[in-house]
Amino acid sequence: MIKVENIVKRYGRVTASNHLNCHFERGKVTVILGGSGSGKSTLLRQLTGLEKPDSGAVYFDGVDLTTLNKTKLYEARKKMGMLFQGSALFNYLNIFENIAFPLREHTQIADNIIKTIVTMKLEMVGLRGTEDLMPSQLSGGMMKRVGLARAMVMDPKVIFYDEPTSGLDPISTGVIGKLIMDLNKTLNITSIVVSHDIESCFKIADNIIILFYGDIIAMGTSEEIRNSSDLRVKQFINGEPEGPIPFQRTDKNYLDEILFD
Amino acid sequence: MEFQIAATLGRSTLNRVQILGRSGIFLLSSIYLAFFRPFRIYRLIKEIEFIGSKSFLIVFVTALFTGMVIGIQGYYSLSQFGAEAALGVMVALSIIRELGPVLCALMVTGRAGSAITAEIGIMKITDQFPALEMMAIDPMKYVISPKVIAGIICLPLLTAFFDLVGIGGGYLVGVKLLGVNEGAYIGKMITAVTFTDIYGGILKSLSFGVLITWISSFMGFAAEATTEGVSKATTNAVVITSLSILIVDYILTSLLL
Ligand SMILES: Nc1ncnc2c1ncn2[C@@H]1O[C@H](COP(=O)(O)OP(=O)(O)OP(=O)(O)O)[C@@H](O)[C@H]1O
Ligand SMILES: [Mg+2]
Repeated sequence: MIKVENIVKRYGRVTASNHLNCHFERGKVTVILGGSGSGKSTLLRQLTGLEKPDSGAVYFDGVDLTTLNKTKLYEARKKMGMLFQGSALFNYLNIFENIAFPLREHTQIADNIIKTIVTMKLEMVGLRGTEDLMPSQLSGGMMKRVGLARAMVMDPKVIFYDEPTSGLDPISTGVIGKLIMDLNKTLNITSIVVSHDIESCFKIADNIIILFYGDIIAMGTSEEIRNSSDLRVKQFINGEPEGPIPFQRTDKNYLDEILFD
Repeated sequence: MEFQIAATLGRSTLNRVQILGRSGIFLLSSIYLAFFRPFRIYRLIKEIEFIGSKSFLIVFVTALFTGMVIGIQGYYSLSQFGAEAALGVMVALSIIRELGPVLCALMVTGRAGSAITAEIGIMKITDQFPALEMMAIDPMKYVISPKVIAGIICLPLLTAFFDLVGIGGGYLVGVKLLGVNEGAYIGKMITAVTFTDIYGGILKSLSFGVLITWISSFMGFAAEATTEGVSKATTNAVVITSLSILIVDYILTSLLL
């Protein structure tokens, strides 16, 4: 479905993607794991064409997104849906209009059918009855579910999720996790999830990619990752502070720095 | 030491030039994109309502009192030379040439400019621009173009309205209150105001319409993606827009006269 070939992305001196190669299978849930600043969001932005890599290629359904002009890229985007970390609902539109927005912009569907579609999507995320509320009247977890309803309103082939569960209580986390799996199983939607929540990750993932400061340090099925003997992977999935992955980013010796700077 | 100062100066100049360039491209592409399908008439009407209709009252009050003040001031200055009859000319020319376009633009900046910066800044920090991108909608065309076009449409109209009300205010004070001859007020005014004056006023108000929407949109777009960043950008947008209006007014005046 999506194939990444040797992409590099640098921000000043930070290398956010360092020659990455990976593959996201059709109809599978792939979770991108990694600590803060490991380049997860950066990878996601390149997968969607929101950002161009400095070099390398991103094949979406066989076409290289990095070579497309805006019109072609927008065509490809109609096959994608995305749930943003902060939901990114339009604050000047109510819930109904937020979800109906892509339909109104890209289709000539009649109002009564739009209403049926929006109601169905809201039912899927369990929020029927909130149509007339404004986004500011919803809780964070509810906003995420509305964001998800909006992401799937055009029936995309792929849905991207940026930290769909961060900042949510355990029940909402479970609800979102179940939604991701349901969508994947019933509609066969390819799902790409950025997360640092290891527990819920193992529940929903078919495949897992672990990033560490711009590098892929492990990649494989959920089973393979769980049983990995790689010390860095073990440290990461067990959340141990001590190990081969240093907590500090800098190479400078701590004592040197406080004594001689 | 001198070298360092020169380097810092050079760097900050380069930065500024770069920002100017970026904002120039921002303006041009927002106008350019407005000429392509789909034409978002509904978005444009919304923006015209926000920038234009909602500014009517504030422009009305400003214009009325400006006209009235010039009426009083003008009357006492002119009567020293026994030239009260020229009051209409004085009120009309000062309003049509200068005060109408400038004051109107400053009021719209305070009312709508700051709101535009805040709105766009908030859209930015809540990822609404990439969200539009992901829905295959060009944020530039969807959000910015209608604002700039609305500014170009609204400012000349608001300014014309300001001019009328202002001249009416001068008439109230001069003719009704202080007893200037009505025929003189209106007759001399009509013969003295030339097409060039009106043309100049329109040109100014058009330029200010672009300035207001351009600067306030760009400041929101370029704001640092934090809440403080947006509130700082909002204040800066008002200050920079207001100063630009006064500077551009001087430049245009010197070119026109
Ligand atoms: N627009 C940008 N400009 C400059 N640096 C950036 C930008 N975006 C990301 N970075 C840098 O790239 C690195 C990776 O950032 P990224 O946002 O991809 O991390 P992340 O894995 O999503 O982290 P988090 O879990 O905190 O969201 C970070 O060091 C970050 O500072
Ligand atoms: Mg991130």
